[in-house]
Amino acid sequence: MNGNFYIALIPLLPLATFVLLGLFGRKYLSSISGIIGTLSLLISTLISITTAYNYFLVDGKVNGVYQKIIAFNFTWLQFSPNVSIDLGAILDPISVMMLVVVTFVSLMVHIFSLGYMKGEERFATYYAFLSLFTFSMLGLVLSTNIFQIYMFWELVGVSSFLLIGYYFEKPSAVAASKKAFIVTRFADLGFLIGILILAFNAETLDFGTLIERLTNPASPYLINATTLSFFGMSALTWGLVMVFLGGAGKSAMFPFHIWLPDAMEGPTPVSALIHAATMVVAGVYLVARLFPIYSFDVTALHVVMYVGAFSALLAAVIACTQTDIKRVLAYSTMSQIGYMMFSLGVSSYGGENGLGYMASMFHLFTHAFFKSLLFLGAGAVIHLVHSNEMKDMGGLRKLMPITHITFLIACLAIAGIPPFAGFFSKEEILLAAFHSNKLIYGVALFTSGLTAFYMFRLYFTIFWSKPSYANASDGRESHAHAEHGEGTSTMKIPLIILGACAILAGFFPIASLVTSDGAALETHIDIVFSIAPVLLAIGGILLAMNLYKSENDKPQKLAISLGGFYTAAHKKFYMDEMYLFITKNIIFNIIGKTAAWIDKNIVDGFMNFLAGFTALISELIKGLQSGKLQQYAIYFFVGVIGFMLLFIYIWA
Amino acid sequence: MNEIGLTHILFVSTILFFIGVYGFLTRRNMISMLMSIELILNSVNINFVAFNKYLYADKLDGTFFTIFIITIAAAEASVAIAIIIHLYRNLKSVDIDDADMMKF
Amino acid sequence: MNSSTVIFYILAALILGGGIMAVTARKIFRSAIYLLFSLIGIAALYFWMNIEFIAAVQIVVYVGGIVVLIIFSIFLTHDSGGEMPEPNLTRALFAAFATCFACALTILYISKQAFIATQNVTIEPNVKNIGRQMLSTTDHGFMLPFEVVSMLLLAALVGSIVIALKTKPSPSNLPEGDALEAEKK
Repeated sequence: MNGNFYIALIPLLPLATFVLLGLFGRKYLSSISGIIGTLSLLISTLISITTAYNYFLVDGKVNGVYQKIIAFNFTWLQFSPNVSIDLGAILDPISVMMLVVVTFVSLMVHIFSLGYMKGEERFATYYAFLSLFTFSMLGLVLSTNIFQIYMFWELVGVSSFLLIGYYFEKPSAVAASKKAFIVTRFADLGFLIGILILAFNAETLDFGTLIERLTNPASPYLINATTLSFFGMSALTWGLVMVFLGGAGKSAMFPFHIWLPDAMEGPTPVSALIHAATMVVAGVYLVARLFPIYSFDVTALHVVMYVGAFSALLAAVIACTQTDIKRVLAYSTMSQIGYMMFSLGVSSYGGENGLGYMASMFHLFTHAFFKSLLFLGAGAVIHLVHSNEMKDMGGLRKLMPITHITFLIACLAIAGIPPFAGFFSKEEILLAAFHSNKLIYGVALFTSGLTAFYMFRLYFTIFWSKPSYANASDGRESHAHAEHGEGTSTMKIPLIILGACAILAGFFPIASLVTSDGAALETHIDIVFSIAPVLLAIGGILLAMNLYKSENDKPQKLAISLGGFYTAAHKKFYMDEMYLFITKNIIFNIIGKTAAWIDKNIVDGFMNFLAGFTALISELIKGLQSGKLQQYAIYFFVGVIGFMLLFIYIWA
Repeated sequence: MNEIGLTHILFVSTILFFIGVYGFLTRRNMISMLMSIELILNSVNINFVAFNKYLYADKLDGTFFTIFIITIAAAEASVAIAIIIHLYRNLKSVDIDDADMMKF
Repeated sequence: MNSSTVIFYILAALILGGGIMAVTARKIFRSAIYLLFSLIGIAALYFWMNIEFIAAVQIVVYVGGIVVLIIFSIFLTHDSGGEMPEPNLTRALFAAFATCFACALTILYISKQAFIATQNVTIEPNVKNIGRQMLSTTDHGFMLPFEVVSMLLLAALVGSIVIALKTKPSPSNLPEGDALEAEKK
């Protein structure tokens, strides 16, 4: 499959669409921009599915092991004979899987947006940004070297910024986009440092060479990297932790998660695409990409594991208390990504021990479907209700049957009820955790119960609770929803397709396809092992049903009885306030004010002094420039006499 | 001082030169200043001719220089008077101190 | 003291006296006439030195051209009988001091200098020799400067016309005829 340049078409088609729509979209193609974007992405999707088919079933496998294939590589910037920045495309199990996931979910979102965003003034711009995002994400997935991934990483961040701030008339959206950008940027700094450390030690940027040099025990690079120590950790560990920091920023891991809930200010389909299915798993993808190196470094892997597990638990607890449905979903996303992270953290390289890696990728795969489905369903609900708040909803199951059913499927999937997709991937994760670390296993199990609880809290509040939406709200609003009902068919079709995927994705034989070392992995679902999580999930669902199926005051009572803990969780454990405190009081007041004082008084002062001094001198001597010709002539004449004396009596 | 030689002629031209300089520095009328410049140029011409005559009688270069200086002085005088007349139209004055627009 | 010496002193007195009067006379028209005397004196000095061609050119260009031009411009810009303003006293004193000092210095320097005349065969500075060398194109010819100077004269002519042209209808005191005359110059 060498030299398969058609792979380049997968990211380049969205790029072309972005350029076309970005330049001409608003003026000339406003009405058909959605169609253009969707069609070009459809082609991309078909190519990537073909690629996946070829790779997995035709020619990717050599001796039962999936190979890393460099489809093409183009040397872009040559620094020295050994170090260059390349642009290329890599094909290996995870990149091919991600290709399919990204293009497919993006396609669904494109189709959904045809209905959801209809009538927006900046419709074409929206599609241009979506295409830009798709391009960047595909580029990120296909990156052959660590610098290329960084470039696309930032591009993804930019398109996320643009899309969160899409409704730039709203101050909250502007603030959210800024927050997302700054927080991820801050984390990316870590990523960059990590890249530099790794690249410095391995003397290459290319993933293949990098991994080879830093995993071979005999390689001088590895010895060098592990012996070089800084604050008690080796350079390699620092590099990996720093890279993980970047991943944590993009994947909204604690403590960089604060941007993700606010990012929900963007249009809902965007949330589905970027902040649920694709961009936020970039961090997981990054760790997975460098996993062979991580697996040799226990410390870095432990960091990944604990951060992942803590984020999963924290997000799940916060999700139980939020009332904005998109925020609940955002925290749920964070929680699920936490799962993927710690699953990577408990894994090791190759064979049976690589179960966690496989499980993480499997969960990434299934999560993309049911989470984007949840978001799109929420989008459909918001489209109808014109509100994000749970209290404005209720009893919607009759009004929007398709949304109801698909949302239920997605909830069951995320809760881990067999035979829906989430069950299989979550089982694998729990199994991996169980074999590796009992504490993590306990956290994961508890979180999985919580997940079921808050998802069904959401489900029951939206679709049951109040007897009927029309009765519960005032006449004007019920009139409004009657006008457009459940939405256009372009909004229903993606829901149905994704619903089907959420059911079936679990049966996808990912274990034999996507593994840490490329060789197929034998997996089996142990019925006995499954009992505990499934029971917990069912318990969570029943509890949610009890509390939220019909309107009652039990939730309030529960909240009151939990007291401070509930308030703390509702306030997201004061993370935002803490960040604000740190930035406002510490950074702004202490560092910022000092810097400002230095800038104003010393730097500016010096410049002002120079300027003032110059002005003073010029004020003193400007009388010489009187404009009076004869004065000039006198100066000149005196000068000539002076020279005359000089030449005659001194230099003669 | 029996024979009138080069030195005497140079004395005359030197004194004439500094008379011109004095006039240039003190006269405020632009036309008068122009006249002073003519005096300066003439003193230089005398020098050229005298040097040619008394020191380098085998050449004619001093003569030629004098001729060119006279030509250029004519050109200069015509341009200067054009400028003075133009200034006079704008300033209603030929006083050099009134033409100080190009100061700081 | 022979007649030549006497003539030289008379000429020198004419030149310097005319010069001094030209730069000190209160009335500008008189100043121009003194300048005329000074220039005639210089022409006479050239005659005295037996360089007739230059003397002729001096009379034709300076006396006949430039002084007439200056007198015309005086008529254009002045009442002919008007007194000129007193020079600034401090400036005049300073200028007098400085020029006297420099003059003394130069004369001292000249008087100390020993000039050595060339012993080569002399060339008669008559019109024939001057004309031949000026228009020759060989090594010591002055053909090129001659042409360049003619271009310069043309440029000065055009330039003066352009500068003195009335570019805009200004509220000028000049009568129309005088302005036209000025442009002709």
